[in-house]
Amino acid sequence: MTVKVIIPTPLRPYTANKDAVELEARTVAEALSNLTAQHQDLRKHLYADDGRLRSFVNVYVNDEDIRFLEKDQTPVGDSDVISIVPSIAGGCPLRCICS
Amino acid sequence: MALKLAPEHFEAIRTHGARDYPNECCGMLLGRAEGAKKIAVEIVALNNLRHDPKRAQEVLPLDEPGLESERNRFLIDPLDQLKAEKDARARGLGVLGYYHSHPDHPARPSIYDREHAWPWYSYVIVNVQAGKPGEMTSWVLSEDRSRFDPEEMESSGR
Repeated sequence: MTVKVIIPTPLRPYTANKDAVELEARTVAEALSNLTAQHQDLRKHLYADDGRLRSFVNVYVNDEDIRFLEKDQTPVGDSDVISIVPSIAGGCPLRCICS
Repeated sequence: MALKLAPEHFEAIRTHGARDYPNECCGMLLGRAEGAKKIAVEIVALNNLRHDPKRAQEVLPLDEPGLESERNRFLIDPLDQLKAEKDARARGLGVLGYYHSHPDHPARPSIYDREHAWPWYSYVIVNVQAGKPGEMTSWVLSEDRSRFDPEEMESSGR
């Protein structure tokens, strides 16, 4: 099964500047594992030290969040598109609302 | 890299900051990277998902929900982000970075900003003081994630 993984701009330096990578996989876990095997520097940005996906990394299959599917065991098939979407968050120091 | 914005882009960010005061606003900067410059073409205002604490907590849990809210935190719904990015890609544009407001707080990145930042993107911050937009700055995360470096902002003068 050939799936396409869309790489967000800040992670492209770790995929030889490719914006998408096509690879063989039957599940999301397999796709990400093949991706990080091909591009090893990507691993530290996607996975925490305990081997789990970082909390601020979201993964979508087509338009579905894998958290609401079968997580990284979500099956993928030909022409499915996996998107890695970095969580964008921020804010003021906490004293803002304490003062 | 320097970030080039048109006067109406500066205005759009300021207006959004004032409109959402005293809450934090957020949005996306779309455009093209050309050589050493990021040239903004469009500003997309997005919803601050912290308005919906239940859903926001599912996406990115807060450490201290009692102290943190949409007054001092922003989060972009990854689904909104995915849609905006797809739409941009179809028009030949890329994501250059994101903006957010600091209500009643200087336009300087917080530790929380840095902990959640990604390399390369521009992080534009606008101070909104008592409802009025003030200073606007832009920042880029250093490669080793240890600090934010200021990024030069230019007006394209259109």
